[in-house]
Amino acid sequence: MSNDPVIELQGLEVHLGKRPILKGLSASLSGRCIGLLGPNGAGKTTLLHTLLGFHPASAGTARIFGRDIRTEARAVRAEMGYMPESDAFLGGMTAVRFVRLMGEISGLPSERALERAHEALFYVGLGEARYRKVETYSLGMKQLAKLAQALVHGPRLLFLDEPTNGLDPDARERMLRLIHDIRDTGEVNIILSSHLLRDVEECCDEVLILKDGRIATYCNLEEERRANRKFLELETRGGDEPSFVAAVEALGVEMATSGKQKIKLVLPEGVGVRDLYRLAAERQVQIRRLDYKKDSLQDIFLQAMETETEVAGHGRL
Amino acid sequence: MAVYERNYGRYRGELTPEWSRFLILPRYAWKDVLDSRIFVGFLFLCFLLPFAGLLMIYLHHNLAALKFLNLPLEQLQQALPINASFFRRGIEFQSWLCFLLALSVGPALIAPDLRNNGLPLYLSRPFSRTEYVLGKMMVLVSLMSLITWIPGLLLFFFQGYLEGGGWLADNLRIGSAIFVGSWSWILVISLVVLAISAWVKWKPVARISLLIVFFVLPGFAEALNAALDTWWGYLLSLSTAMTKVWAALFGLEAGETRLDQLPLWAAWLTLTLGCVLALWLLSRRIRAYEVVR
Repeated sequence: MSNDPVIELQGLEVHLGKRPILKGLSASLSGRCIGLLGPNGAGKTTLLHTLLGFHPASAGTARIFGRDIRTEARAVRAEMGYMPESDAFLGGMTAVRFVRLMGEISGLPSERALERAHEALFYVGLGEARYRKVETYSLGMKQLAKLAQALVHGPRLLFLDEPTNGLDPDARERMLRLIHDIRDTGEVNIILSSHLLRDVEECCDEVLILKDGRIATYCNLEEERRANRKFLELETRGGDEPSFVAAVEALGVEMATSGKQKIKLVLPEGVGVRDLYRLAAERQVQIRRLDYKKDSLQDIFLQAMETETEVAGHGRL
Repeated sequence: MAVYERNYGRYRGELTPEWSRFLILPRYAWKDVLDSRIFVGFLFLCFLLPFAGLLMIYLHHNLAALKFLNLPLEQLQQALPINASFFRRGIEFQSWLCFLLALSVGPALIAPDLRNNGLPLYLSRPFSRTEYVLGKMMVLVSLMSLITWIPGLLLFFFQGYLEGGGWLADNLRIGSAIFVGSWSWILVISLVVLAISAWVKWKPVARISLLIVFFVLPGFAEALNAALDTWWGYLLSLSTAMTKVWAALFGLEAGETRLDQLPLWAAWLTLTLGCVLALWLLSRRIRAYEVVR
């Protein structure tokens, strides 16, 4: 698979009513599996919906595989598969008929759509239940049926909106295995929107974090993992903490505070732990805990929530 | 991607033409409605009157059969002449069967997709809202055509064939009235029933709403006209407006004094406004997601 951008956001803005939801998003996403993270109301689903053409862009635009979503919406949608977050199916239909209809709507000839519907349902693990009506399925099975309909026409880009929502641990594992498997074929790019950091960490190689309709962070998890950068996590009590933080920063330390009295920092060359203790002692700050840690997605997410900076390459704490 | 391999593969085969994809919806819907024996029985009954019409036209032109049935031709021609009234009565009756058909099929067309959040699945594909509405509309249009203008025109041409001598050319107005009138009624009724199906999720309530539009509103219109001694009330009644249009298309009187006062343009205006309102309601509702402002 080439490294050409999958999605290019070019100052994308979306207003729903008079409310701005997405505020000038600009980024070039090129991962095989891109995680879309953010707290509730950050604009994740609105971004997916805008890329799907459900909401018009108020300003700017986006390109998917080089195609403009505003002028080539139909061609863009022909290359996409979408698994919505909420329950979505067609009532009164067996799974195979439902998935076949979705395949036909995507442009597959009737016979091929039937063939692919069977294949997709076997692939997601609903082979034995494919002649049952979808409304009789359990929640986990409905999620799988939604995945099957998103795959039936063999898209190049798959949008998965909270695919593990409401699943028990076994079903969740099965879903994540499928996502891994689809990703590893190298035939399809995946955009995985989730509020579960573990899901994104397990499946994705890039992550885009949104906050209040803006891009808080966009980074390559693979690079982060390879860099395997260690950092220090401090927990402090008492004393003049703001002055301590300022003094540490003055040493040229990259740092971020996460929660009250928790500080994460990467020490530059020439600065040691002893310097931290000295600065703390001068300001009567107690260092209660000091750990070496590796960057995790949770750290990236927490920092993004605190700093709210625009994308500036991949380097961050 | 094969059942036994259980792996994912992209589809790289040929695709169907984009313009034809809205026809997939009626194909699936026909199978659903024709699976119902009650509906098939009803559809069969809808062909009884056209068949009776066919028999009548045949008898008018077959002296041997009339003699066999001991029916004098003059009496038959006096009692039931094959003229504009004959076709108008037939097509008006079939139009009410259309209403029953819409009552039975219509409420289940859009409501289940909205109830089960199915619209994002359609609209995330290369398939527009217009194609979706057109596809759903085709379900009704095709079934209604089957019992209105198609048998109507077949009877018209059959009569022309048997009568000969330029009957077809002399009565071209009847043929066009069957075609234009049927299509007008089909469009009005299809759009109204789709709009109701889009806004009312519960089938019985959707049916009651349809009855209100086509029975209660005309009753209210009559009451309004009687109270105010006017014809303006008819602007609320799609079925009355259609009766006026039928009469005008066939070149006949509507048959009711007050209805004859209703200008033809007002009847067409009522039908047009009904369609526009239904389209507006559909455009408000047929969306991938509801936007809460």
